[in-house]
Amino acid sequence: MACDSWKEKLDAYLDGEVPENEMRAFDAHLRGCASCSADALARLQMKRSIQAAGGRFTPSAEFRKKIQIQIQKTGATKTRPSFGHSQRWILAATAAVILLVGTLASTYLAIRSRSDAANRDHAFSEIADLHVETLASASPVDVVSTDRHTVKPWFQGKIPFAFNLPELQNTQFSLLGGRMTYLDQAPGAHLIYDVRKHHISVFIFQEKPLSPKLVQSLPANSPPPKPLPFNLETWSQGGLRYFVIGDASAADIDALAKLFKAAS
Amino acid sequence: MFYYVDVSDAARHLDSFEELAMPLFDQLYNFAQWLTQNRDEAEDLVQETYAKALKGFSSFQLGTNFRAWMYRILRNTFLTSRTGLRATMTVPLDLEEDGPQLAVERDTPETLLFERASRDALQSAIDELPVYSREVLLLCDVEEMSYQEISETLSIPIGTVMSRLSRARRALRDRLRPTLPDAGTPAVEKGANHGL
Repeated sequence: MACDSWKEKLDAYLDGEVPENEMRAFDAHLRGCASCSADALARLQMKRSIQAAGGRFTPSAEFRKKIQIQIQKTGATKTRPSFGHSQRWILAATAAVILLVGTLASTYLAIRSRSDAANRDHAFSEIADLHVETLASASPVDVVSTDRHTVKPWFQGKIPFAFNLPELQNTQFSLLGGRMTYLDQAPGAHLIYDVRKHHISVFIFQEKPLSPKLVQSLPANSPPPKPLPFNLETWSQGGLRYFVIGDASAADIDALAKLFKAAS
Repeated sequence: MFYYVDVSDAARHLDSFEELAMPLFDQLYNFAQWLTQNRDEAEDLVQETYAKALKGFSSFQLGTNFRAWMYRILRNTFLTSRTGLRATMTVPLDLEEDGPQLAVERDTPETLLFERASRDALQSAIDELPVYSREVLLLCDVEEMSYQEISETLSIPIGTVMSRLSRARRALRDRLRPTLPDAGTPAVEKGANHGL
């Protein structure tokens, strides 16, 4: 293929938008073509510069507060039930009882809610640590293969359960490999995927050996801790607990999770 | 940023909306100010976006892309605003007909170009782009959206995403080139050269 044909697709390549097989061909061409690799480098630097310059505007704290209040107000207006005059005395009597019970309950709930939030944050941090620690390692995967038919059998005899890996053809994901991992002293599978230069970890564990405290603190729709700079999706299926985590976009995490859900 | 996409039915209430929408607040605001180029208008735009999104949250389709949905609301709100209408009226209609453009080969490496161009110059150059070019560039390079996600957000085909992106990047290079003290000979471009 002439250089013009490669260069025509260079932006898409740098945006991670060319198919897997073409991506490899591109890599090979760039290694051997000084002109294209110089162009690719220049465009990559331009992309990075735009990224740095693009995050230019920051909203004020007051404006953020205003929007939060707007959301809460709108929600309150929507959800507040309306009462007729004749019902108001019932409301007043009920309110007195609720106030008494509420005072007692709120103390208990506040303590419990703080503890639940701490457990949840801790559990999420555990998953994030596993992900980051692996990527920081010199050899992040023990079985290096893009072929799911190589990676899946590698786990046989190493972990006490079996799982399915999704078919990735015609998707933007590629499998990099896998390794054994442990969470809460339970063995599990750790798969690493690549999407547009972002790495995503998929952790699979048997749900039973995980401590109830850890499982309960990570329900599938629980609110995640905000400061963690990762997207994560977790669910239970067929007695297994899945965690998909990475710094890729939430849409990518969701897409990979869906592929696993469909394959299981 | 850390938030769930796959929300359950039970989570589709006010708290869920806040949990899903507020992590996008900074990004949406940044995008809004790039579009409006005015702080007050950006705040109005974001405020209206959140109001509309909250109102329509019950119609949000589960399993679809919440981020793209929020950006689409913001962008549509902008397009129907006075500033948006004014900004979009300046774009020639025939731009959509352009196919992918051939890459550019330069006498001066762009490496030097972007090393030397200050962030201010780059921001001014992005500011000067027509809004259709500016938005696609920001969604791709700043928000790191995939072409598919941009296509959903802007309601345009992926081919149009690619051609707008290519044109925006070319325009940016062209605008920045004269700012270099010794950029040397003007770029020699091969292939089609469609200015904005």
